[in-house]
Amino acid sequence: MTSTGTEQGEATVPPQGPDEKPVPQSSRSRRAARVAEAASAGVKVLLVKIALLSIVDAISVYALMVLFLREDWLVFGAVLVVTLIVNWIYFSRAKLPAKYLAPGLIFLLIFQVFVIGYTGYIAFTNYGTGHNSDKPDAVNALIVSSQQRVPDSPTYDLTVVERLGMYSFLVTDPDGEISVGGTDAPLSPVTDATVDDSGKAVELPGYTSLAFSDIVANQEAIAALSVPLSDDPNDGTLRTPDGSSAYLYLSDLVYDEAAGTMTNTTTNVVYTDNGETGSFVAADGTELLPGWKVNVGLANFAEAFGSESIRGPLISVTLWTFAFAFLSVLTTFALGLFLAIVFNNLRMRGRNFYRVVLILPYAFPAFLSALVWAGMLNPQFGFVNQVLFGGAEIPWLTNEWLAKFSIIFVNLWLGFPYMFLVCTGALQSIPEEIQEAATVDGARSGQIFRLIKLPLLLVSVAPLLISSFAFNFNNFNLIYMLTNGGPRDVTAGVNVGATDILISMVYKVAFVGASRDYGLASAFSIIIFLLVAIVSIISFKQTKALEELN
Amino acid sequence: MRIAAPDTSDRYIPTKRPFNLRKWFFDTGWRHLVGAVMVVFCSFPLLYVLSASLHPGGTLITANGLFSEINLGSYETLFNLPQQPYADWYGNTLLIGTITSLCTVFLGALAAYSFSRMRFSGRRAGLLMLVLVQMFPQLLAVVAIFLLLNGISDIFPLIGLDSQIGLIMVYLGGALGVNTYLMYGFFNTIPASIDEAAKIDGAGHARIFFTIILRLVAPILAVVGLLSFVGTTNEFVIASIVLITPEKQTLAVGLYQFVSQEFSSNYSVFAAGAVLAALPVMALFLWLQKYIVGGLTAGSVK
Repeated sequence: MTSTGTEQGEATVPPQGPDEKPVPQSSRSRRAARVAEAASAGVKVLLVKIALLSIVDAISVYALMVLFLREDWLVFGAVLVVTLIVNWIYFSRAKLPAKYLAPGLIFLLIFQVFVIGYTGYIAFTNYGTGHNSDKPDAVNALIVSSQQRVPDSPTYDLTVVERLGMYSFLVTDPDGEISVGGTDAPLSPVTDATVDDSGKAVELPGYTSLAFSDIVANQEAIAALSVPLSDDPNDGTLRTPDGSSAYLYLSDLVYDEAAGTMTNTTTNVVYTDNGETGSFVAADGTELLPGWKVNVGLANFAEAFGSESIRGPLISVTLWTFAFAFLSVLTTFALGLFLAIVFNNLRMRGRNFYRVVLILPYAFPAFLSALVWAGMLNPQFGFVNQVLFGGAEIPWLTNEWLAKFSIIFVNLWLGFPYMFLVCTGALQSIPEEIQEAATVDGARSGQIFRLIKLPLLLVSVAPLLISSFAFNFNNFNLIYMLTNGGPRDVTAGVNVGATDILISMVYKVAFVGASRDYGLASAFSIIIFLLVAIVSIISFKQTKALEELN
Repeated sequence: MRIAAPDTSDRYIPTKRPFNLRKWFFDTGWRHLVGAVMVVFCSFPLLYVLSASLHPGGTLITANGLFSEINLGSYETLFNLPQQPYADWYGNTLLIGTITSLCTVFLGALAAYSFSRMRFSGRRAGLLMLVLVQMFPQLLAVVAIFLLLNGISDIFPLIGLDSQIGLIMVYLGGALGVNTYLMYGFFNTIPASIDEAAKIDGAGHARIFFTIILRLVAPILAVVGLLSFVGTTNEFVIASIVLITPEKQTLAVGLYQFVSQEFSSNYSVFAAGAVLAALPVMALFLWLQKYIVGGLTAGSVK
């Protein structure tokens, strides 16, 4: 940012052109400009433009069709609006800046801006293991999971049919009535099926009947099929153990939609939807899982700050995140600056050699460096303990404080080359005359450095130090690959360790282990957003970086 | 030596000065000492992993005997692992990295061109937004990205979870935020009079952009492309939640899982995988070194 600061001045004069000139023009010159523009674009450009737009439109028409069939109106509307805007931008004569900005902006808005808002929404839900979908899905899942074959139930003759990669059941019930249905579509009567000699339906127009060999090949998928008899999940479903006959399966659980209760017919326990936890709960507190996703208000934040077992770790993780980011910047900058001074001597030979070797750690992929160091610091077998410390078992990665030290140390190895390069560049851009003038005035070399060079250097590298801080604040790879956040804090209510930083804690709560809690993880993410926002407001105010924006 | 010192400073000597060890040491010699220490510090882990990879069947403990054996057997084993499709990971990483960096460069250049050369309402606000967006990297919203792709895969499995196209699209969401400002600064250094001359000669905005500007800003395109490639190669968080099938994963995800499953027992195979994985990135880095240094000082962090 700093090196371009002076150069931005040159471009403040707005370039003149037909599209961006605010000055009123005569209609003749406007027309001339348009003709010139059209003539220069040529047929080829036009063809490419039309080809690209038609690809985009074809994809969105397909998307719209799928969404229409699924009756997903919100997303349907969003896709339609975006498609119309894109077409409008590229077919209109004006809107030149928009033509250049639109492709990147669409991705930015969906995958960076929208997801931040979506994180905010999830933080107020109980989304996670056991609360993955909506209520009808949860009811279905509960009923299906407690299904048992009804003893002495009638046998349905069955032909497994396939359409568009989805299996369906073509069944002939004991009375000879023929119907078809799939996992998502309850049985519905059909009349145009082909019937064999025994009265069993074997083919249906529009579907492909599966041969015996196909059934054997897809045995598992077919055995997992469960086709509801009707729209009411309490009526039970058809399943097939062999692919040629189906039986009625009924659930222990009966759902009463009006009362919103789930009753277990064997034990007669009634589970009620209390409207808060997003699940059916019995009078004695037992919960039926899976439940469904509900809005829980501030419950996740209350859990994060209210419950002792999470608040403690959250505070210590936050402090360590700040300490880690700050110490990382400090150590890498100190070593990088020192080396920049050492090697910034024109009389020294072999400077290019040193320079290439010094940037090797920077060129080596960071995730691999962390993994390699994790091997070298391994307490039992690692190089550091075995060779350098003669077989001592120093717990570099498993003791709380040594692990913190190891992380800072490995990050020093990873990060100092960047600071070295940056400081070398900044030192070389300080004019030689300043040093000469100071020497003439009688300053010693120590004074020149402390009073003249260092302040000048700090001015130009300050923005980079801030972005380095921001980067290390979320330096997930290093922490996760080197110590995996460990050693683990066993007293904590969430999976978190002594060297976890905020972002690795979010990842562990959301994606590691058997129980995933997206809601709580998103609440942690919101906390990171706020911290990052505060830090950036302060740093932008300090450096006034935004004021020189033009 | 003491007597010789004032002699040399007092009068002009046309011939070569006698070599003065003490003076040499205090002038540049100690710098070489620091350099030697740093060379060991920097290159040791790299030599360690290289030596471990040349010791077939080696464990973490045998890796401590540096270069005790030199044999390419581990590299052969690497490509014949039953559970870990290393060749697929390698191809995926190169493919995803290349496509992402090409698209990033293109999208970023388009946006930088419009910010640098056109004046429109909302321009300053747009630039401000880009600077602010930089502060919030995508991985902070990793949970929402996962759930968004999960929702998309119900409708279009092709770009949802476990799809490399979906992953690339997520990466492109970060294309503008990180790089446009860097490119914008460089675009501003190309004089606008070049555009004007071309315009007078009858070139339209598209022709000016594609045939003139893009060529003049090639160095910054190289830097942004390289940084984006390296960033994608190193990216673990989003790749690990999006890509589920082993054949679709990238090196970062695959090697991490490989290491966490059998760390100390099969170390030489991991080391071989690491050496091969690092090769393209390091080669690019050292080759484009000159440009990167310029790009770094203009504001970007690895």
